[in-house]
This record gives sequence, structure tokens and C-alpha cells, in this order.
Amino acid sequence: MAGLLLRDIRKAFGTTSVLDGVTLDIGAREFVAFLGPSGSGKSTLLRIIAGLEGADSGEVILDDRRIDQLPPGERGVAMVFQAYALYPHMSVRDNMAFGLRNARLPSAEIETRIAEAARILEIEPLLDRKPGQLSGGQRQRVAIGRAIVKSPRLFLLDEPLSNLDAALRLRTRVELAQLRQRVDAAVIMVTHDQAEAMTLADRIVVINERRVQQVGHPMEIYTRPTNRFVARFVGSPAMTLVPAELIDGDGPARVRLGDGSEITTRIARAGLPPEGTLELGLRPESVRVKAAGEGDTQAIVDLVERLGERTLIYARLKDGTPVTAEDVGSSALAIGDTVGLAIDGGAAHLFGPDGTAFHASGAA
Amino acid sequence: MRAGKRFDGLAFVAPFVLLYLFLLIYPLLRGILISFRREDLFGGGHFVGLANYAELFGDPVFWQAVTNTLIVALLIVPPLTIIALLLALALNRATRGAAIFRGLFFSSSVLSVTIVTLIWRFVLAPDSGLVGEGLKAVGHEPLPFLSDAHLVLPALAMTTIWWSLGLPMMLFLAGLQQIPADMYEAAALDRASRWTTLWRITLPALRRTVLLVVMLQTAAQLQLFGQSQLLTAGGPGGASRTIVFFIYETAFVRWQLGYAAAGAETLFLMILMVTLIQYWAINRDREEAR
Repeated sequence: MAGLLLRDIRKAFGTTSVLDGVTLDIGAREFVAFLGPSGSGKSTLLRIIAGLEGADSGEVILDDRRIDQLPPGERGVAMVFQAYALYPHMSVRDNMAFGLRNARLPSAEIETRIAEAARILEIEPLLDRKPGQLSGGQRQRVAIGRAIVKSPRLFLLDEPLSNLDAALRLRTRVELAQLRQRVDAAVIMVTHDQAEAMTLADRIVVINERRVQQVGHPMEIYTRPTNRFVARFVGSPAMTLVPAELIDGDGPARVRLGDGSEITTRIARAGLPPEGTLELGLRPESVRVKAAGEGDTQAIVDLVERLGERTLIYARLKDGTPVTAEDVGSSALAIGDTVGLAIDGGAAHLFGPDGTAFHASGAA
Repeated sequence: MRAGKRFDGLAFVAPFVLLYLFLLIYPLLRGILISFRREDLFGGGHFVGLANYAELFGDPVFWQAVTNTLIVALLIVPPLTIIALLLALALNRATRGAAIFRGLFFSSSVLSVTIVTLIWRFVLAPDSGLVGEGLKAVGHEPLPFLSDAHLVLPALAMTTIWWSLGLPMMLFLAGLQQIPADMYEAAALDRASRWTTLWRITLPALRRTVLLVVMLQTAAQLQLFGQSQLLTAGGPGGASRTIVFFIYETAFVRWQLGYAAAGAETLFLMILMVTLIQYWAINRDREEAR
């Protein structure tokens, strides 16, 4: 089977375990993002695939070939480093040619490949410059060019946008999306920025605490997070979690919040844990601001964040529980106002005491 | 108010400026002045213009000292640079063994020249010295290093290399640690062999350090004195007389202060030239890297 297969990868530094049995399957032309907070083990996993770090156990298989015993240069992977790692004393052309010369490619072939990559990345005028003469964005392109010329089966991008300023980051994001259409290879990108992962990746692998938390399409991760961590980590602002108590009865689960208000969800009662406090998970867009006295419950505004096309309201329920709600862009609310909140119970999630998520329509 | 502030600032730097003027600038200017005078160590003297320099450039003893100095610098600097670089490459790792060896190779640098020459007098002694014994072991006659005019400069060079290895090695180690680790990782992904990595990644990154070591050592070895004085007293027959030794003899044995100062100023110009070349080369390197 083409693509990358990771089988039960384990890694510890000394007595500190950083990866604990990671198994993953990536398609031949798939763009996958490893998303997780700092120290989650995502970069280590990338380095294990590249061969810069050895796994303690497990297998790395690329296009039906086991590569975890091979040196980095013979794995058919190319990597773009976070700080680019361009060779400072070589020209852009030599930077790109270095790996090809080491692989003893004929020089005509090397020239062709460099010309092609330079054309795609629009760095032809820079070929004879040294990295020190380039801007951050140009260096980034050269680093990508150095990876492209190798025609790898797999691209590894280590936080590729983190060293760019905000404007350049957005532009490069678009360019990366276009680029992946042109290359016949799988791409793995490590990032801690969920917006990058959501916009670029076919699938997101959320990694935290040494383990893969969830693998799925970006919208699946957003709408059906498997646990509390994923629910909180993906989405900005983060999902509100409100302690909730299950109300006895039939049909979909109905919960009572700390301030006494009751919300009816579309989550099947059957799978829920029999005891322990639940948490109701609410995305800001499923909590709409109403006039005081209307809606499912009342809250006091703590903070108003105007984003232009919408306004985020950080508010407190009567018992002090914080909730993030959404209002129209032209919202006139001020700090200290009392508002009503209409909670869309149909879009709500429930989390068990162990963090397991339960979603609408019965499926866990 | 503003003028007062300026004065405050001056007061802060004054101790340094005064010391600097008194200990460096004044002697420097005084030295130049003396070199234009016929002056005895114990007072008296008169202005003679460039006569000291004219005499100096016609003095075969001075020229012998210049030649000796250049030869010994040439015998020391290239091998010293290469050996220090090789040691740094071998010891640039985080193991305990490497740390011990780094300390060992550096330890000779903390010895005073008196101790160093004492040790090497034993090492070089023809009848029972280490080098002599080594030569005997391979079936060669022991060599009279310190009493043969052709062997004395190589002997001085050996002694000096052993003594001076520590600092260049540390400079190279510092240079090596400046090279980012991801550079080597990129090279590994670029299929670079160890040899290619050394030639194409490590050595180019150390270019400026090599330049620095060569220039510092050249400037230092042009002033070689203690080893020559203590091992051989400039002998045999002036074969190991260096420029500084010549200046010392002239000033403090023959008491010709003006003549010695002319020698000192000439050496000063030589070292200044080396420093300017280094400055120029490093600047050019920086321009190129930009």
C-alpha cells in the first residue's frame, strides 16, 4: 500500500516517555497536520519519520518499504526545518544542488530540477545569492525548494510558518496549499497553530501527552472531538465547558446547569456514564446573545471582543460559570450588562468525568 | 545642566582613560621618540633622526633575528592551527572522556614559560630526553636539538606548539558549537557523507575562526622571547635569536636604548600589518556572507 504507515512507535528520552504507541496511516498524496501543544511529542514523531531520531520500538513504512533502519538520506523523505537550516556559505543554487550531488545525480538532471523548482517557487532571481542576503520569506521558499528538488515521496514540514510575520504567514499558507497540488507526494506538517492545520490539512492528527488523541478531517475534529482535550484545543476561542447534571427522564439527554437552567441536547442518553458530573461543551456560535430576560439563561458580560463581522461576549452565569457567546458585529453590549443567552442544545457536546466526549445523534 | 552631565560622564571614564594614557599611549609615543635618539639606559642622549633605523636595516644581527623569527613563526603557526583543529574536531562531544582530554590539552597553556622550557629541556636533552629515547628506539642517533644551528628553531617550535595548543583548540571548539545542529540534520537528509559534511559544512563554518587563530598566533609568535632566552639564550651562534630577544639584548645588555627602540618600532609595524590583514580578511568574509 502506498503512503506512510507508522506502527506502534514508542520513544523515551531517559525515563521520560515522549511517544507511547503511535499508530498511523497516511495516504500517498495526503496532507496531514500533526497538531498539538509544545512538548506533546509531535516534533519527535516527525524526527523519527525523518530518521533524525531513532524510535525505541515500532515500524516506519513508506510505500511498502520499511525505512526506520535506514539513514535519513536514504528514506525518500525531504524536510523543511523550522529555522530553514540553509547552508550559509553556499549560494541558493548550491543549497538546492547539495543533496542531489551527494546522491550522484547527473549535473544536467540537477540543473533541470533546480530550474523547475525555482520556477514554481519564483526564486529564479535569487539562485546566485547567499542565504544571508535573503528575507525570511525568501529563505522559506529556498528551504522548500531544497526539499522539492529531491522529488521525495514524503515532505516533512516542521512548523513551516512559525518564523514568518503575520502577513507573510497568511500568504505562505495559501502558497503551501497551492504547492501541495503540484507535488506528487504526501505531506506531513507539524504545527501548534490550529488555524494552519484546519486550513491546510486533509486530515489532522491531534497529539497530546505522548498519544494520538484523534485523527480526522478538520471539520470532524471540530464538530466531533473525541475528548475534552481535543474539544478545548481545536477552535478559537476555545469551547466553553459548563458543569452539568443529568436530569432523569426519557429521550435525548437533558441537563441542568449550575444556575438551575435546563438544556435539552440531541445526545442519546444510553451511552452516557451512569454517575459523576458531566460537562456541557458549547462552541461560541451555539450560544447566541438575546435581550435580558429572554433565552435559556441569564448572564453578566465580563468582556466584549469586537471582531468586526461578529462580537464575542465573555460572560458569567448567575453561579459564576464563565461562558463564551456570540453576538452580531454591531453589538452594543458593554461590560456589566445583563444579557439572555439562547443555548443551541442540539449543537452541544457532553463530556464524561474521564474526558470522553458524547455528541448529538447518538454516536459517541 | 547639560555640560555638567557631560562632565559627570567624563569623571566615570577618567580612571580608565588616565591609566590607558599613562600605561599605553605615553610609553608608545615615548618609545617612538626614543627610537629617534641615541640614548643610553642610564640617562643622556641626543636626537639622531633616522640614524638608528639606518643602522638597524644594515645590521646583519638584526636581519638574522628577523629571519629566525619569521622561520619560527612559520614552523609554529600552520602545524599549531591544524593540530588544534583536529583536536577540537575529535573532542567536540559531550562525553566525560572528551571533557577530560579537553582539560588535559588545555592544561599546558596555564604553565609559565619557565616551567615549559624546564620540561622541554629535559624532553629535548640528547642523552636521556624523551625525543632522544624515541629516536634511539627507531634506530636513529639522538639529535642535539639545542646545540645544532639547524635543529634549534624546530625545537623552539615544538616547545611552543605544545605550550600554545590550548587556546586555539578552545577557539575551534567554540566555533564548532556555534554551528546549529539542524545544519547537520539537513546535511544528513541531503545524504552527505561524514567527509562531505566536514568539508562542505563544518570547515566553511569555521573559516573565520581559522583566520582568527592564524592571525592571533602569528602576532603572538612574532613576539617569541621566553623560550628562546631560557632554552638556548639565543644560541648557538645567534641561531635562535628572535626579534624580541635582539631588542632585549640591545637595551638591557648593551644599554643602547634608542637602537633597541628602533627595533621595537619595526616589530610593532610588522605586527600591525598582520593585524590589518586579519581585519581586512574578516571584513571581506563578512561582506561575502551577506
